[in-house]
Amino acid sequence: MMAAAKKSLADQSRRRFLVRAGAAVAVGLAGGVRFIDFPAANAASGPVSSAQRWGMLVDAGKCASGCDACVRACNDEHGITGHGRPQTDAQWIRKVRLRDATSGRETTLPLMCQHCENPPCVDVCPTGASFRRADGIVLVDKHTCIGCRYCMLACPYKARSFVHENLTDQKPWSPRGKGTVESCNLCVHRIDEGAGRIPACAEACAREGHQAIVFGDLNNPASKVARAAAEQESQELRADLGLNTGVRYRNL
Amino acid sequence: MIEILRNVGVVAALLVVCAVARADETRAFLPVVPPASKGDRCVEPTDVMRREHMRFLMHQRDDTVHGGIRGAKHSLVGCIDCHVQRDAQGIAIPVDAEGQFCESCHGFAGVSMDCFGCHATVPAEDPVSTALPPWMVSPAVSMAGVTSEAIE
Repeated sequence: MMAAAKKSLADQSRRRFLVRAGAAVAVGLAGGVRFIDFPAANAASGPVSSAQRWGMLVDAGKCASGCDACVRACNDEHGITGHGRPQTDAQWIRKVRLRDATSGRETTLPLMCQHCENPPCVDVCPTGASFRRADGIVLVDKHTCIGCRYCMLACPYKARSFVHENLTDQKPWSPRGKGTVESCNLCVHRIDEGAGRIPACAEACAREGHQAIVFGDLNNPASKVARAAAEQESQELRADLGLNTGVRYRNL
Repeated sequence: MIEILRNVGVVAALLVVCAVARADETRAFLPVVPPASKGDRCVEPTDVMRREHMRFLMHQRDDTVHGGIRGAKHSLVGCIDCHVQRDAQGIAIPVDAEGQFCESCHGFAGVSMDCFGCHATVPAEDPVSTALPPWMVSPAVSMAGVTSEAIE
């Protein structure tokens, strides 16, 4: 017991030393001394931070029944091809039809990864491959994904797919391969460019003239999506789960 | 005297033959790496790249996937852009095809590459990768664009 207490004290003093040493290094860095050359980040932005939270507001009232421009754009952007097996073919975004049983009123909406703040897929991942980036995008690090598909079971939106086949002709900006799980990445390669490009689905929807998908930074009150969310009512799918999704819907 | 000179001559000739044969053998056993198709120098000296490229790529992939840092120095896409070879029609040949930039050394050393299970093997601007995806061309393999599924 005594030995353990002594050891813990020793640990603390070692810890204090390390903290001070760290502070000294930090002062050195602040003074313009660089011990390690940090990689030149994209333009000047550096690693992503939680200053942003990327998200979408989907207006189901504007989503045209029978239009699948967003799905085609997504498939095109990420090189997603089918094998004629709809049960297992990868699907990052799909059109869902809601039908009110009493009135018979039908609504359609695009459904993809909801980019939760508290993502169940991240909770269950045994390797840490499923993760939430600082700016709110939920991704799969395919370098560490072992293809167990636990995240697919955990996701309440059925947003994830597993790649069952060997793939060729992938897009350089969207690596995909057999044995890993994948899902909507909010066209993260476009976001990282920092040039204000929006995801392929939102772009395609606007091109079709529907404007049902508004994309942007939910943390920036001046952004189109934040203003739209502030002005109009919107809802999360399965809000009861308390996941705080980055994708919101209205007119469901 | 003449005999001695002749013997020396024979030995010398044999040595030359041996040296040439050895040089030929050595050349035959080294991988033939195709030259880069653009640029005059790599992001690091050649000997550094030979030993360290896997570490550079591994380090940067984490920065990119988790930190969103793109366009940094040690990029796999960058390797492919410079080192891809083209056939007579100008079509890019995948870098992991036999005798190509990545495969020539990896095949020689007997080290497998996992990169290209997921990553593209030709540059983006190439006809190979910018061709219309099959689902747009043939309706037989079309993705189920509109899937009805009721959440009620």
